[in-house]
Amino acid sequence: MTETPLTKNIRPGAPPFDIGDYERAGGYEGLRKALTMTPQQVIAEVKASNLRGRGGAGFPTGLKWSFVPLGKDAPHPKYLICNADEMEPGTFKDRLLMEADPHQLVEGVAIASYAIEADVAFIFVRGEYILSGERLTRAIAEAYEHRYLGRDILGSGYSLEMYVHMSAGRYMCGDETGLLNALEGKRANPRWKPPFPPVVGLFGKPTIVNNVETLCCVPHILSHGANWFRDLSRTGDGGTKLYGASGKVKRPGLWELPMGTPIREILYEYAGGMRDGVEFRGLLPGGASTDFLTIEHLDVPMDFTEVQKAGSRMGTGTMIVLDDKTCPVGMTWNLTQFFARESCGWCVPCWSGLAWCERILRAMEEGHGESGDIEKLEFHAKMMGPGNTFCALAPGAAEPLQSAIKYFREDFESHIRDKHCAWRT
Amino acid sequence: MANIWVEGKTYAANGEQNLLHACLSLGFDLPYFCWHPALGSVGACRQCAVKQFKDEKDTHGKLVMACMTPASEGARISIADPEAVEFRKAIVEGLMQNHPHDCPVCDEGGECHLQDMTLMTGHDYRAYRFEKRTFRNQYLGPLVNHEMNRCIQCYRCVRYYSDYAGGKDLNAFAMRDIVYFGRDRDGVLESEFSGNLVEICPTGVFTDATLKRHYTRKWDLQFAPSVCAHCGLGCNISPAERYDSLRRVVNRFNYEVNGYFLCDRGRYGYEFVNSPQRITAPTRRGESISTAEAESQLELLANGRVLGIGSPRASLESNFALRRLVGAERFFAGISQTEHALLARMRDILQSGRLRSASLRDVERSDAVLILGEDVPNTAPRMALSVRQAVRQQPLEAAEALKIPLWLDQGVRHALQDRRGPLYIATPVATRLDEIATETFRLAPDDIARFALDLPERIVQAMHGAKRRLVIAGSSLAGESIVRAAARAAESLHADIAFIMPEPNSLGLSMMGADSLDAALEAVGDDAVRNDAIDTVIVLENDLYRRAPRERVDRFLGAVGNVIVLDHLANETTAKANLLLPAATFAESDGTFISSEGRAQRFFQVYVAPGAIQESWRWLDPAEPRPSGSGLQKPGFENLDDLIGELITSMPVFAPIRAAAPPAGFRMNGARIPREPDRFSGRTAMFAQISVHDPAPPEDRDSPLAFSMEGATKQPPAPLIPFFWAPNWNSIQSVNKFQDEVGEGLRGGSSGVRMFERNGQGAERDAGAPPPPFEPRENEWLIVPIHHIFGSEELSRHAQALAELAPAPFLALNQDDAARLHSQAGDVLEALGVRVPLRIDASLPRGVAGLLGVPGLPLPAWSEIARL
Repeated sequence: MTETPLTKNIRPGAPPFDIGDYERAGGYEGLRKALTMTPQQVIAEVKASNLRGRGGAGFPTGLKWSFVPLGKDAPHPKYLICNADEMEPGTFKDRLLMEADPHQLVEGVAIASYAIEADVAFIFVRGEYILSGERLTRAIAEAYEHRYLGRDILGSGYSLEMYVHMSAGRYMCGDETGLLNALEGKRANPRWKPPFPPVVGLFGKPTIVNNVETLCCVPHILSHGANWFRDLSRTGDGGTKLYGASGKVKRPGLWELPMGTPIREILYEYAGGMRDGVEFRGLLPGGASTDFLTIEHLDVPMDFTEVQKAGSRMGTGTMIVLDDKTCPVGMTWNLTQFFARESCGWCVPCWSGLAWCERILRAMEEGHGESGDIEKLEFHAKMMGPGNTFCALAPGAAEPLQSAIKYFREDFESHIRDKHCAWRT
Repeated sequence: MANIWVEGKTYAANGEQNLLHACLSLGFDLPYFCWHPALGSVGACRQCAVKQFKDEKDTHGKLVMACMTPASEGARISIADPEAVEFRKAIVEGLMQNHPHDCPVCDEGGECHLQDMTLMTGHDYRAYRFEKRTFRNQYLGPLVNHEMNRCIQCYRCVRYYSDYAGGKDLNAFAMRDIVYFGRDRDGVLESEFSGNLVEICPTGVFTDATLKRHYTRKWDLQFAPSVCAHCGLGCNISPAERYDSLRRVVNRFNYEVNGYFLCDRGRYGYEFVNSPQRITAPTRRGESISTAEAESQLELLANGRVLGIGSPRASLESNFALRRLVGAERFFAGISQTEHALLARMRDILQSGRLRSASLRDVERSDAVLILGEDVPNTAPRMALSVRQAVRQQPLEAAEALKIPLWLDQGVRHALQDRRGPLYIATPVATRLDEIATETFRLAPDDIARFALDLPERIVQAMHGAKRRLVIAGSSLAGESIVRAAARAAESLHADIAFIMPEPNSLGLSMMGADSLDAALEAVGDDAVRNDAIDTVIVLENDLYRRAPRERVDRFLGAVGNVIVLDHLANETTAKANLLLPAATFAESDGTFISSEGRAQRFFQVYVAPGAIQESWRWLDPAEPRPSGSGLQKPGFENLDDLIGELITSMPVFAPIRAAAPPAGFRMNGARIPREPDRFSGRTAMFAQISVHDPAPPEDRDSPLAFSMEGATKQPPAPLIPFFWAPNWNSIQSVNKFQDEVGEGLRGGSSGVRMFERNGQGAERDAGAPPPPFEPRENEWLIVPIHHIFGSEELSRHAQALAELAPAPFLALNQDDAARLHSQAGDVLEALGVRVPLRIDASLPRGVAGLLGVPGLPLPAWSEIARL
């Protein structure tokens, strides 16, 4: 059995498997297996696999599914939504899975839908991921033809309609509840929880939102069992993980590795280490909304628990590497600019705090920083802390900001002191 | 109840509420923006952060948003916790980041929730050194002014306008710190409740565009508790004056009636008071005369054989003063026989006690509604806003079943989506409530009665499945059969009834039991009476040409010879007056209206009208003692209470109205209640160009209110609250401080006295035989009246801003009927002697035409329609 289940069908540069190739490679076996089980058994299997959500928060997938009311009295229609609105800066893992093996995702969505007795599934695709949208649409059509979707799937009595929805393109659409609002045709503002989506979700009905990579794990858990999946990992969190690296590394890219692979191994064995002439200074381990880690953290295993212990989050597992030829203030400004732009404008610490931070960072970069600016940034980062804001966008935005100041404070100070960014010529 | 701990002390709070609501009810000053008692919590502004502690041992605690946290048993919070204080201060600073700080030139200044909250949090220095974002403002029509630069993104406007009031054309656009609240393009706001944005907006983004034309700060305005005069619902208002002109109307909270909101007719109709059409001096045959001359003329003429015509838009007191002057047998109600009979029917139903008359609050709480014949948004606009809340009642039970607290507005709305409770509407023409109706029925008036007497089983089932059922009917189609059928339906469905009557005192006038205007017109036409030589008629606040056909009114006024008219605005009737007396409007007088609910409510003089204008009841009761042997019935009275006393003695049915407000002698700690805020400025200087002497404020012998900023400092009883203001709370949000529980009734009870209650007695009402079914005719159409919020009511038509919005008269037909006449939209048609353009309205049933904007015609009526 493969050790890289998610990418085993992927051949770089070649078109993705059509349904025939996919079936020949063992595809849709997971769905067939699931249909012989009860939804409760499917949920139990996924729980046992220790699969945790790959969208960044790491919530146990089976547990999430178990919150959906099942059985005769459950409200219908119920919805399963695949969150494919991959817009986290530095993150490009879901894109690979959708473009290069769309049937794997369709199968995962179908199994998850069966587990929660969903009637309708949406794959909510980032607007710019046009190729993903096309390939998924084609895969879904093939799946309908082969009775993996539609009425009475494979004679099981279970029916599911599946749609691709192309996002109108905002970061907030990738937030679980912002996505629900967007799909309902409303502003992509977040929703308060409780009520939680498994109880009150899309159009007020029970809804599960799972990330692409999470759902892609599901067929393999069903095909090969929870134990096998757990054992793929080097740590307690089950399965493999798509890790990525970008920045001035020799071979930026994406690799499927056992969950818990240490940062150093990813950075040096797979990404090839830093480019010649540049030195490593730090990295954001899992996309833009995670805290910086530095040289002292290179041996941290990349999983949800261990990275958190190191003071950051694994997030999406796709690291952005900072080198000594790149200004940390400029990098922080760039990220903050993104978050400020993508703030939905709902709660004050986010829309006002990010706008203010963005302007301070720009001023620093342009030589107009003032004494007190760093303290102001720190204050805003605190104001944007978890619980102070309505959703997780601002706390996520605060993570690179607060950790950049923590690890690169001298660089921030020199910008103000010298009225100049030393990295600018 | 739940015990909660605030700053280590325990308080009894309502556990059904959130902590912000509970803290405000307990009297704590906890700042907030996005929350509103009528809108619930959404957690957007983060302004109400407090520190919450797990238990008594927890000293660390964590910040929570009070509005998003239930006031559950044992909750421990600190408002004064330094971290919470610092957080709230920083939030205001963030909110104010782009705010222009233009208070001195902002219309909201001095009554701005943002100002109040900023001071409350202690934010006083602006550290933000970058450029502020700016917006282009929009033209939103003549009622609401738009200044987006002041926006703090609290989302209250769209939550009120869209979620609460059902508006579609005000939205939030863009994101981050540039969210724009406006329309997709410039244009008049479509909702008939747009004016509430002025009070909902915590700062000066949406302000009163009519106030802007004659701007005055809140602290420089003189107020009085008043009642809206522009329909029968009796919404409570605070009109405000300076320099003898009425400057604006704001909502006066009444839990049982209008709650926090008014309709746009009610808010902006006031401008008729300042109209150039105002009658300001007495005239004899067009020549100005002095007040003394006018009074002696009145006395002279009234010595003759006088007939009095009252009015449903005049107070009980003015109508009674006229009745007393001319004698009960020669006092007529001043409304057509049809309307008279209709009002009498509704009055009888309410008086019988068989059905409960629903207040607006009851309408809002109803969970199944049947509307018969009324285009509610146009005939009783504020009730339409209540109906919009009523359709949420049944779905709210589902939210409760999901354990979502009802104050968690967003969660509730996401759970309920577009689910609505039962609402059935049967009218001849489409209404703006149709969009939330379960089902609509387009029927001719008689068919509406037949429909009500034989409701489809699915409607009966839906109504029976509800807990608080309501039937709405009224007088707007002049269909007595509808009213009778509505009462029958309400009885058989065990529903409450909400009758819609057209004018502020329609019901009160009906209760006086006088004959109709037709009876007066006939009396003079009758030879016997003519021989008895009726030589004088006194018309009280009534344009007879709106009540009866022109030729009949002409004949009548021609026959009587002496025509005495008391009114506010020049109209066709005043043009016929030999003696014309300037009558004070609602804003310049005291009096009592009985609303269509049956609620007697007192309104008070905001200011003493300038010049010769006085209350009609004063004109009709000159203070001088009469020479003996005069034909007049009585000596003068002392004051309003005296008049009310006589009224009650004369007509005991009105006994409860005495309790509508405390009497003139009422004092609080020996003091009167000031009409002016503490900070009222320039009293001694306002008229210095006329006289440098400090004028004594006018005396008020009719009410316990004073034309002064001096007086009682405590909260007056609800009927005597001229304006809402409290220390640190300068805006209208200060209503909070007048309620024991925020959002509930005013401390000490709501204004007004209900004249009728259900008594469980009363005979089974005979609905009579159903009228025959409507049959379209070959060459005639049944012409029914179409009403419009702006334009159908007599006085508000003269308000400058509303006049802009009033539609021009038209005749409406469905496309098939129009084709029968070979006519297209815009073609001028003639019917019932009037010529109006055609409008195609697909909703009209075949054979039925609608006519808007031509008062005085007895509608419904069959008529040929000719294309010109």
